[in-house]
Amino acid sequence: MDIELRDLSVGTIVSDVSLTAATGSVVGLVGPNGSGKTTTLRCVYRSLTPNTGAVLLGGEPLAAMAPKDSARVLAAVTQDSQVDLDFTVAEVVAMARLPHKGTFERENEADAAICAEALKRVDATHLAERSVLTLSGGERQRVLVARALAQQPKVLVLDEPTNHLDIRHQHEILALVAGTGLTVLTVLHDLNLAATYCDRVHVLAEGRIVASGRPAEVFTPELVAEVFGVRAFVVEHPVSGAPQLLYDRLVHQEEIQ
Amino acid sequence: MSAPVPLSRRPLGPTVALLCVALLVSVVCGVALGPVRVPLVDTVTHLRAALFGGIIDHADAGTYRIVWEIRLPRVLLAAVVGAGLSVVGVVVQTMVRNALADPFVLGMSSGASVGASTVVVFGVFASMGLYALSVAASLGALVATVLVYLAARTSQGLTPLRLVLTGTAMAYAFSAVTTVLIFLAPHGEAARSVLFWLLGSLGAATWAMLPLSTAAVVVGLVYLRLIARSLNALSMGDETSLTLGVDPTALRRTLFVVSSVLTGTLVAVSGAVGFVGLVVPHLVRMVVGADHRRVLTVAPLAGAVFLIWVDLVARTVAAPQELPLGVITAVVGVPCFVFLMRRRGYVFGGR
Repeated sequence: MDIELRDLSVGTIVSDVSLTAATGSVVGLVGPNGSGKTTTLRCVYRSLTPNTGAVLLGGEPLAAMAPKDSARVLAAVTQDSQVDLDFTVAEVVAMARLPHKGTFERENEADAAICAEALKRVDATHLAERSVLTLSGGERQRVLVARALAQQPKVLVLDEPTNHLDIRHQHEILALVAGTGLTVLTVLHDLNLAATYCDRVHVLAEGRIVASGRPAEVFTPELVAEVFGVRAFVVEHPVSGAPQLLYDRLVHQEEIQ
Repeated sequence: MSAPVPLSRRPLGPTVALLCVALLVSVVCGVALGPVRVPLVDTVTHLRAALFGGIIDHADAGTYRIVWEIRLPRVLLAAVVGAGLSVVGVVVQTMVRNALADPFVLGMSSGASVGASTVVVFGVFASMGLYALSVAASLGALVATVLVYLAARTSQGLTPLRLVLTGTAMAYAFSAVTTVLIFLAPHGEAARSVLFWLLGSLGAATWAMLPLSTAAVVVGLVYLRLIARSLNALSMGDETSLTLGVDPTALRRTLFVVSSVLTGTLVAVSGAVGFVGLVVPHLVRMVVGADHRRVLTVAPLAGAVFLIWVDLVARTVAAPQELPLGVITAVVGVPCFVFLMRRRGYVFGGR
């Protein structure tokens, strides 16, 4: 299932953002702090209603779908995921089955198997009986990704999924979501991770998309200097061939010319 | 940070069975014990006679009346109020995402006390006789809730923090009104009556009070138990709730109405019994975990047992004087709560 953002505007934070994530592709949204990445994403997982424009899920306007219907096809890992109550990890992951169940329906063994599989895929099976309140930031993040997977969506929306993760789990989580075959729309801070795992990236600056395309086309020293304000050298990853950036402090604007 | 504690989620069966037995035993004890002690055997005989028919000796008619007309409705009402307040406590804590919330956080008890004190001080609703206090208190609670709702409402719906703050602020305002009313009261007895009402009492319990409050609690409980999964989602935060297909704004509005109606009904029959709705939910979560399906199964039973014993203590410890329930719930509840919290390293609302 593809997802399309059409002329999305939210106040003065996001202006005329249009992008499409084709079925099964991994699309990255990058940009400096305050560029409107999270705001854009919040429109996609329905926490915000855009002033103008629309989000289309498989061609259907998201706004016209009941929350429960959209939750069956679109799962999200958000930034506001602090938990107050003493749930176990297994209980948190089991919540993913909610949109698939009627009011009088109980969870069955198939649901339990889906949840167990999701935990296994994020390497967190051993955490199942732990209280979520005792997890480290990285463990919690993996559990939330497991919950999103257990929701069995067609589209996965992630707001900085690698936050709090150590380098190994950063790569494992992104490799995992990229390998699911789901349509993925993700906000990423780390341009090198975006370059490695995204099929396409969109660069946001001051609420507008300033560059779009394959990472190799988009991540040029000129763009990085202009948007992020750092000097970048692009090298090719010796194994994957993906463009990778080495940074330096930008001293003078002329240096890149 | 405390060491990771693996949580075992044992099946609820044994806990529920144990609590059901405890409830039955508590009801019998609650009926048997009191300023006039009825031997346990007689209690059971009288109860059986009342329920299934039988012959009571003429000499026992007085005791029978105590058991059937005074004690049993009172004990059953204690169970209903205890169950109801515990359930509302669970829901309100989830609704406002605040560990310190209880059924009265939305200003209801102070609203009820304004209603009650207008009756006590000015004798309004005098035509309604015995029911004047109940009706006025419920009306007061309702008015308070509506005011809180209107003041807390925003274009994004009811936000948790706004609800708590508005409720607290309104509570202060209503308390001020109550205080003024009591100061203006022509006779000193008024303050005492209002205070007693504020701290809760089941002294006026009759059979007539049971059907409505029982129905309200049962209907409320069944409904909340059915949407327990949505409550779980809501307790994970508004954004997460949305991504799981539960609209937090709509759910919060529903919960607000359900908990207000339930609390209002309970206030009418028992006054504002504090602490039950705060402590029982926490105690239950410590034992069975946070999943609302489990909590909403156990909390009503635990609350019922708890309040039966609280009421028993309230009417026996200083007999023939009765103490307000709120005094006993605080005396029993606080140490119990502190002990359990320290023992289990229980966390709610952060590390």
